[in-house]
Amino acid sequence: MKSAGLPPSAKPRLTTSAMIASIAAEGQRTKPAPFGHALVELARSREDVVGMTADLGKYTDLHIFARAFPDRYYQMGMAEQLLFGAASGLAAEGFMPFATTYAVFASRRAYDFIHQTIAEEDRNVKIACALPGLTSGYGPSHQAAEDLALFRAMPNMMVIDPCDAHEIEQIVPAIAAHRGPVYMRLLRGQVPLVLDEYNYRFELGKAALLRDGGDVLIISSGIMTMRALEAAQALSDDRVSAAVLHVPTIKPLDTEAIRREAGKPGRLVVVAENHTVIGGLGEAVAALLMRSGVHPTFRQIGLPDEFLAAGALPTLHDRYGISTVEVTRRIKEWLR
Amino acid sequence: MATPTLANAPTLAQRARNIRRNALLMGEVQGQGYIAQALDIADVLAVAYFHAMRFRAEDPAWEGRDRFLLSNGHYAIALYAALIEAGIIPEAELATYGFDESRLPMSGMASYTPGMEMSGGSLGLGLGIAVGMALGLKRKRSTARIFTLFSDGELDEGSKWEAIMSAAHHKLDNLIAIVDVNNQQADGPSKQMLGFEPLVDKLEAFGWFVQRVDGNDIDAVVGAFDAAMVHAEPKPRMIVADTLMGKGVPFLEQREKNHFIRVEPHEWQLALSALNAGDQP
Repeated sequence: MKSAGLPPSAKPRLTTSAMIASIAAEGQRTKPAPFGHALVELARSREDVVGMTADLGKYTDLHIFARAFPDRYYQMGMAEQLLFGAASGLAAEGFMPFATTYAVFASRRAYDFIHQTIAEEDRNVKIACALPGLTSGYGPSHQAAEDLALFRAMPNMMVIDPCDAHEIEQIVPAIAAHRGPVYMRLLRGQVPLVLDEYNYRFELGKAALLRDGGDVLIISSGIMTMRALEAAQALSDDRVSAAVLHVPTIKPLDTEAIRREAGKPGRLVVVAENHTVIGGLGEAVAALLMRSGVHPTFRQIGLPDEFLAAGALPTLHDRYGISTVEVTRRIKEWLR
Repeated sequence: MATPTLANAPTLAQRARNIRRNALLMGEVQGQGYIAQALDIADVLAVAYFHAMRFRAEDPAWEGRDRFLLSNGHYAIALYAALIEAGIIPEAELATYGFDESRLPMSGMASYTPGMEMSGGSLGLGLGIAVGMALGLKRKRSTARIFTLFSDGELDEGSKWEAIMSAAHHKLDNLIAIVDVNNQQADGPSKQMLGFEPLVDKLEAFGWFVQRVDGNDIDAVVGAFDAAMVHAEPKPRMIVADTLMGKGVPFLEQREKNHFIRVEPHEWQLALSALNAGDQP
């Protein structure tokens, strides 16, 4: 895999198409397994919480829960259709399953099972999926470029795209307090720690302005908020003032905050997402603004409508324009 | 228990006849439907609801009830017929079958109908849900059972086999599944679509306690349910019920393409009459 377009200063870095790769940058502050630890904490006070997985306990940080509550942990085998059907059944009996797998398997393989047995029946199942968007270099089999579009289109389903460890810890109790099905993207392993420095609190359905600025508004979710904040810093060195609106809840959207921020005159509006440009946050925001009569200059940063390449994540993030360097470069170009 | 104790309580044969009659009346309302399936499974439903299952007609969500999961949602007309006979759905609602705003849509959905525990329609969902509910009942130390009905065509679905493996893996002895082998799918005879025999051997090899019976022989069905309920091994239980499409209405039994039946307006009365005639000693 060639590393075309990379800054020459970069350290030697991962250049293989590994399935599991850390999204933390060299030297970045991280926290281990925030989902697993938060779920253990939640389960101490909520006896209805059970954990379920389809042969990916270790790779979704659910093994932390399994160790703490072995009798509340269901290993369903590598059978995702069963996993979500059975999660519906446990929820029907009054339990609150947290069911984990990779995002591709929930969104693509088990879609009908989630649609019919969980969403249509409005069962209280929390679906937490690792390797969302482009967070695996393994190729399209493990790259869930369209997970948000698929789950956004499902009635009753709440959709969440967290940025970092700090946020994931807060999302777990928040979605438990919400009665109904939830799809949350999961970052696992050593997860970057970013938002604690912004005095940030996650609130279900709420966007948060993490940084204000007059030239460009970046509306972002998930790891792209981390990239947007880094890009905003880089842009400020070039006297470009960038605001960052973090939108962790993709559905339901915080329409008020998005309308308010995008409606402020004189700013380029850029939506940045770790997802195909089809059907994710970008198009959700675009449609909202069109419906609302808010018409800023609008640009999208996201994955192209194509099968993504196998390769090292940093290589791929550069190639597809979602690395900090590329986000910064594009915004400067658009503002020129 | 719903088991009749009074000397003059309806027999299971009468229950089955009433289920068939309710189904035919609903079929007449719409002029079409999966009526041949309702007729073939009426005996099994009569035994399930009036011999085996514990439920409270006035409280369909009673925590202690045995759960009945209809995986083959297109059999909704049959289950509604049984739920009406059981007093869970008022008989007056029969006339609303399939109409806008009715609680009785053509495909069974949990969100519409009391006593309907799952949303079927997309085939292959029920047994997976049943596994989860059976695990949940065990977690709660409940003595309630899960009954689930599915069609032989659903054996084509890989998800069914995931759940078949899982139920045995988790030793779900509180789960009784019934597969309706009527050998009829949308495109033709089930065994020609995707062969599933030898079914008993297969299911036994997968770790289930399996019985195969004539699903239209009420005594045999009662025996199978009884054996399934008292079986001692920690295994899930499967009843393979061979049934006859259109059972009880001879001219429908004969109709060649009977997966989705269109019945001419004058034929519904003939069907009901045939049902009544067949009931005479």
